[in-house]
Amino acid sequence: MRKRITELLRDLGARVTGWIWRLGFASRFFAVMLLQSGTSFRRFHLTIREIYFAGVLSLVIILVSGLFVGMVLGLQGYDTLVRYGSAEALGVLVALSLLRELGPVVAALLFASRAGSAITAEIGLMKATEQLAAMEMMAVDPIARVVAPRFWAGVLSMPLLAALFSAMGIFGGYLVGVRMIGVDAGSFWSQMQSTVDFHEDVLNGVIKSAVFGVAITWIAVLEGYDAPPTAEGVSRATTRTVVTSSLAVLALDFVMTALMFRGV
Amino acid sequence: MPSQDADKKRVDPENLPQAPSRRVGENLVEVDNVTFGYDRRIVLKGISLAVRRGLVVAIMGGSGCGKTTTFRLIGGELKPMSGEVRVAGRIVNRLSTRELFELRRKTGMLFQFGALFTDLSVFENVAFPMREHTDLPEALVHDLVMMKLQAVGLRGAASLMPSELSGGMARRVALARSTALDPMLMLYDEPFAGLDPISLGVIGRLIRRLNDALGATSIIVTHDVVEALQIVDYVYFMSEGKIVARGTPAEIRASKDAFVHQFVHGEFDGPVSFQYPAPDYRQDLFAQAA
Repeated sequence: MRKRITELLRDLGARVTGWIWRLGFASRFFAVMLLQSGTSFRRFHLTIREIYFAGVLSLVIILVSGLFVGMVLGLQGYDTLVRYGSAEALGVLVALSLLRELGPVVAALLFASRAGSAITAEIGLMKATEQLAAMEMMAVDPIARVVAPRFWAGVLSMPLLAALFSAMGIFGGYLVGVRMIGVDAGSFWSQMQSTVDFHEDVLNGVIKSAVFGVAITWIAVLEGYDAPPTAEGVSRATTRTVVTSSLAVLALDFVMTALMFRGV
Repeated sequence: MPSQDADKKRVDPENLPQAPSRRVGENLVEVDNVTFGYDRRIVLKGISLAVRRGLVVAIMGGSGCGKTTTFRLIGGELKPMSGEVRVAGRIVNRLSTRELFELRRKTGMLFQFGALFTDLSVFENVAFPMREHTDLPEALVHDLVMMKLQAVGLRGAASLMPSELSGGMARRVALARSTALDPMLMLYDEPFAGLDPISLGVIGRLIRRLNDALGATSIIVTHDVVEALQIVDYVYFMSEGKIVARGTPAEIRASKDAFVHQFVHGEFDGPVSFQYPAPDYRQDLFAQAA
């Protein structure tokens, strides 16, 4: 019994130490990546190329999802608001839900599974096929040339994708609320215009999505760079990227919501 | 039937220009009493070797003998536990990252399977080191890339993607890329692995001819005895983390050393035993019956 407890404590200790080591490695990797980011801006075409792969190619899933989420919000919102005789407030409900929460969070979750996984798989495969080692042997730092441009592409793309998600969502809410159900278009837009605050709602949503962008792409590039150079290693790293970054998005959302909107 | 023009375009490794001056003499690479291990497992046990400028030298030995580790130490990827690795008079294991990168600009390396960048075309792969390390105008980069590709016989494949190349072609493109900046030292990691006989012969000749044309020095890590002995000037044989034999190809072929003899002639049994150590065979077979 005593031996078993000792073993359990030892396992626990090893896990905690491993976790702390991993956190330290991730922090050091983040610092090096920031220090090596000069290339991403001096040769901005490298970052633009990655924005295309991470951002532009994610547009379809983001826009279609945004439209459907907005349409569902329109239906559900109307169903609730009409009970209290406030159907005109549908525009406000749809806009605030999207700008504050659903836009940044759902777009981030979609971005993690579409672009985050692709970034991890690409860097992991480059490592497995010795492309990163070849780069180092050519005196080119893979963190500056491969990792940093992907990181900044993710950070720049995420707020834009979240904004487009929200815009499509509001359009979806309009289609269902105004065009389908018959809510007054003037009330829908004017109430939205008068209630939604640029700083409190729009800007905070943008800040949220930028933080999510940092978290997702940091996790994605780290997992790819640190993946064991085997098929199984890359596959596991890709899965870890989606799971870890999704959890990180939800946890960060709670923290930021608590900090941003507690006074309202 | 191919036209005369097509024949002219095809590379003839025999006719590559010779280096204006081959400064054979001083050592470019020196590995001095180096010991190295991964965690507690010692892989290299105090090995020493030297590579003179202008020569093509092979490091040979069976799998797991430590030849690739030696190679990685020369390239600065690993640091020895003790001893020194010197390239062009500089102690590689004491260089800062910046100094190491400076040295690597003068070093070319061919990886086992080419390690071409899969998102770049053949042309862009060869242009990669030039774009990263020089400010040459685009027209000049174009001409240099075409010259490098012509030298390996793949100028016509410039627009292809790596996925469209055969193993031998990929290796030749990687060779063109590794010589893009006219390196003083070329490192080849198993350059003959997995190639058909024609590609194997082409790569072997290209290694020899490019080395002489560039006035470079080449180190080849390989276990392909037949091909390597045809093109190299000197051979180091490794076994269990030690240099066990050295000499010119002729000396190696004539060697009476049991290990070298077994390796060069591909003998079934010898110092490297066919059987993995095991208890008595009879005991294993009849143990249950008893």
